[in-house]
Amino acid sequence: MKIHIVDYGMGNIFSVQKKLLQENITVSISSEPQDILQADKIILLGVGHFKRAMDNLQELNLIEPLNNFALIQKKPVLGICLGMQLMASFSEEGNSTGLGWVDASVKKFKTSDSQKFKIPHMGWNTINLTKKSALMHNIASNEEFYFVHSFYMQPNDPDLILNETNYIEKFCSGIEQENIFGVQYHPEKSHDSGRTLLKNFISL
Amino acid sequence: MFRPRLIPVLLLRNNALVKSVKFKNYNYIGDPINAVKIFNELKADELVLLDIDATAEGRRISSEVIKRVGEEANMPFSVGGGISSIEDIKDVIACGAEKVILNSYAITNPLFIQEAVQHFGSSTIVLCIDVKKKFLGKSNYVFIRNGKEATKYKPVELARIAEEMGAGEIIIQSISNDGAMSGYDIELIKSISDAVTIPTVALGGAGHLTDFKNAYQHGNVNGIAAGSFFVYQGDNKGVLINYPSWQDVTKII
Repeated sequence: MKIHIVDYGMGNIFSVQKKLLQENITVSISSEPQDILQADKIILLGVGHFKRAMDNLQELNLIEPLNNFALIQKKPVLGICLGMQLMASFSEEGNSTGLGWVDASVKKFKTSDSQKFKIPHMGWNTINLTKKSALMHNIASNEEFYFVHSFYMQPNDPDLILNETNYIEKFCSGIEQENIFGVQYHPEKSHDSGRTLLKNFISL
Repeated sequence: MFRPRLIPVLLLRNNALVKSVKFKNYNYIGDPINAVKIFNELKADELVLLDIDATAEGRRISSEVIKRVGEEANMPFSVGGGISSIEDIKDVIACGAEKVILNSYAITNPLFIQEAVQHFGSSTIVLCIDVKKKFLGKSNYVFIRNGKEATKYKPVELARIAEEMGAGEIIIQSISNDGAMSGYDIELIKSISDAVTIPTVALGGAGHLTDFKNAYQHGNVNGIAAGSFFVYQGDNKGVLINYPSWQDVTKII
């Protein structure tokens, strides 16, 4: 089993790498297009600006191999935080197109009560499981995960929603579409429940 | 349900864990990595790691220490101490930190906050505001360089600038309440929390569970941070790392 982490210069790769290595699997990290096609699974991470992330993927010639991996080979991909958002067709952040694997748009949190609901949504919040999934094996509804984000992905097909979370209103905090998985929260920073999720992805 | 975070703050001096009173009288607590291991077991919500001598010594917090913390921590942690360039932030994040805490350099050069946000996004950039009254003065001012140097800024004024520059979070620290374990400066904390729409964290003065509850109920904060509370036990302040659950806090009246 070889999991590849795509390094496109945006994110906290070290933490995810450490958590994966605890599970005794092979982890590769690079920005080389050919490493994507040799992997069994891919994790797409990221913090920062959506458009800058897409620009980086473009400059590094990573978009085509990623599309190939996810849409033609249909091997498992897990997007975390911005990595999940990049899978959408469009984001309000920088008015940018995304990878377009998921028919969804990425929107900014809006609230009329900016004292109660500070943005970014930063901290521990619970997730609801909205459908059965191997990624959620041994994870209960209402389990807490760590979030830090100002934007969220909204799929046009509600059947793709895997998790929902309440902040301002109910938003989509996880998706599953065949081999494509995305979570808005950080499993690598979420104690035991996060470790369970990463193990589930490894065993898919 | 969304809930506030309880955040232990670990102060580093020569890469050892210490705890101060009013930013002075440093007491040796132990090995920081050992502390992180215990906070893992206790399932702490988040950790803050600050090298308090970095700015004075013209360097930044050791990458080696951050990396060791990053290997251990099962929770998010943020890091501060002498951060003064985009390269510094890049390194700190590459070592596993979730967020970077800016202080002296950014307060002297607020445009640096904006530059950092453009590179790393709002949610990565935190500003820590250390506050006390000037000698014989009546109103609060922002201090830098570990409380040694006064600035021209009133706390709320600087908080608004930080928000304008795109910072994702503000830590509000009362220097006079530091280590006193007699409660937060709720008035100060609320004044800043109410002035901005980004998350705020209270720091300085927690000694009891009721202090956490007060900060949350009356300070309008998203995060409640403390030093002494999490490393001392009892009236004699014996060193014992401890961490209550949020349920423990909400249980008290």
